[in-house]
Amino acid sequence: MKDWRRRLLNWLDHRTGLESAIRNFLLEDIPASSGWHQIFGSVAVFLFLVQAFTGALLAFNYAPTPGDAYNSLRYILTELTGGPLMRGLHHWGASMMIVIVVLHMVQVVLYGAYKKPREATWMVGVMLLLLTLAYGLTGYLLPWDNRAYWGTVVATRIAAQAPLLGPYLSRLLGSFGGEVGVVTFARFYGLHVLLLPPATTILIALHIYLVRKHGVAPQPGDEARPSKKFFPEQVFKDTVAIFTAFVVLFVLAIVARVPLERLADPTDTTYVPRPEWYFLFLFQTLKYFEGPLEILGSVVLPTLAIAALLLLPFVDRGKARRVTERTGAVAALMLLAIGWAGLTAAAVRSTPKPDLAAIIDFSQPTEWIQLTPVELAGIGYFRQENCVNCHTVGSGKAKEGPDLAGNIHKSAAWMIQHFKRPSAMVPGSSMPPIMLNDAQLNTLAAFLLKLNPQNAEALQSAPDFAVQGALIYQTRQCGSCHVVNGSGMKLGPPLNGLRRRRDRAWVERHFRNPQASSPGTVMPPYRFSPSEMESICSYLFTLSD
Amino acid sequence: MSESSQTGRRRFYLSFIYGLWALLSAALTAPALVYLLLPPKLRNREDWVEAGDIDKLADHVPLELTFRQTRRDGWKLSSEQRTAWVVKLGSQVVAFGPQCTHLGCAYHWEPKGEFLCPCHSSVFGPDGRVISGPAPRPLDRYESRTENGKLWVRALKESEPTS
Repeated sequence: MKDWRRRLLNWLDHRTGLESAIRNFLLEDIPASSGWHQIFGSVAVFLFLVQAFTGALLAFNYAPTPGDAYNSLRYILTELTGGPLMRGLHHWGASMMIVIVVLHMVQVVLYGAYKKPREATWMVGVMLLLLTLAYGLTGYLLPWDNRAYWGTVVATRIAAQAPLLGPYLSRLLGSFGGEVGVVTFARFYGLHVLLLPPATTILIALHIYLVRKHGVAPQPGDEARPSKKFFPEQVFKDTVAIFTAFVVLFVLAIVARVPLERLADPTDTTYVPRPEWYFLFLFQTLKYFEGPLEILGSVVLPTLAIAALLLLPFVDRGKARRVTERTGAVAALMLLAIGWAGLTAAAVRSTPKPDLAAIIDFSQPTEWIQLTPVELAGIGYFRQENCVNCHTVGSGKAKEGPDLAGNIHKSAAWMIQHFKRPSAMVPGSSMPPIMLNDAQLNTLAAFLLKLNPQNAEALQSAPDFAVQGALIYQTRQCGSCHVVNGSGMKLGPPLNGLRRRRDRAWVERHFRNPQASSPGTVMPPYRFSPSEMESICSYLFTLSD
Repeated sequence: MSESSQTGRRRFYLSFIYGLWALLSAALTAPALVYLLLPPKLRNREDWVEAGDIDKLADHVPLELTFRQTRRDGWKLSSEQRTAWVVKLGSQVVAFGPQCTHLGCAYHWEPKGEFLCPCHSSVFGPDGRVISGPAPRPLDRYESRTENGKLWVRALKESEPTS
């Protein structure tokens, strides 16, 4: 058995050199001081592979155009088993990658591992950090929800501010004057999946090549001790670290729900954009530079920081490599960490909590009986068009469309435009147009304007006869002469309280021949079918006094 | 360090390396396979929609009802106008899909008591059975139920071929 395996491996190695290559890679000499502090590079590479894997799987069910992007992501999250896990892994994997890459850099700084002759290794590493951030920036837009849209608006406006390069940079990002649209989306998606991955792969290969070329950076005293092999001891440590990182990632992906907000709404001027947590410090820095100084915080300082990072090995040329002797580096890192944490904390503290009390409006009706006939008739169209197939109303599990009782805040005019051509008002909306005439759409909008989370259930419980009655009331334009619940003209008597003044038989007779029961009235006769008569009378007799 | 303790250490390292990587690969591939292979849940595909009133439906006299139904294709939703021929067969009410089972032409009701497809003259009885013509199977039926004199329908189910 053993012999047979040996022969197969020899055969393979003879033709591909695979075994010697792996052996050569694993049996690298590393300094005696190597150990747990050098695990971060391997973990970062592993996380990159997880991102590539989960990213490809997400792409299998993702439509990279603005509206469909949102719908397909929601499809992944609600319809596919394992979909939320895949998105969770990809989302938290990105955050974790930032953490690990930064820890990797902290280790290198503390050990002075970027010093001569390893300057190029460090610089390639800084570029990899920038690529990691670029993934975060471009990937942020891809869900195409409100958070993604408004976060990216801020980012592109910052890019547009850059001195000299601003207009070109913004055009490269497909945005003209900081606007975010379909072109921006295509550019971000293209960067995220087509350009950045091969760039990262090449730079990782170069980075590892340089590490191998110069060897793992030794510590003072290593020259006196015999070197170790990378395999198996260090590989074991790397594996344990990778496994731990993966367990943390997996638990995060399952436990911490990644929000998908509502579809991006470019007309929503109340939205307060927030960047991803690792950009919060930049976001906060911006606040300290106002007016003409803004460009300092948004462009000049970050550019200087990147330049300083790149040139660090040429600035710090001292001989000290022992961690205990690197007080300057330790102090600088501590300052940076405190500054970063302070800025991030300030940004988190200033995030407004959604103020629920402000949304509740008690002037709104709480029962269907309080609705005006127009609003009640709107329930009829609401039911006829099966709106609840795609929309949650107040409570219940989330569906494709936004919660209609939620904080929609739109005018009737906006709604009617939206009903006729949904994607004209909400780019990428998957809502089918509503085939009703203007008067009917207006009625529907009137009802939707009255909806809020508190009354949604009560309003929807309106009985069918009342809704049908209100529809007849509405289409026969009874409101041109009568008042119901404070709405309508006062030409005829108000209809609230009708049930105390008249009996049902009288009202039915009156509909058929008004002149007979009220001589001199201007009310025209109405020919209702028996079921119409039943509905309109039942409705009028349920009205409150 | 003695020779044997060193090989013991090496064996410990190797078993951990292989074991952890095997666990990792399983934890990544198993959800990936589930994600790719299990069919979508399509929670709402089976929504019942109201097709219309059937109060006045007379026995064996079909009524053509139109209604709107939401169609789902992955994440795409479309609202479609659908038609059903509704027939009362004694105590049972059935809703037929509006297309001939031969080549999908729209058939119509002949007052003499049968459905006729104008394309190739397939004839169906009021119960949807093939009476004559090339149609290979009875008319397709919607899943349906009645409630307070209204007919509710769900998906259109393909009928079994006539043997």
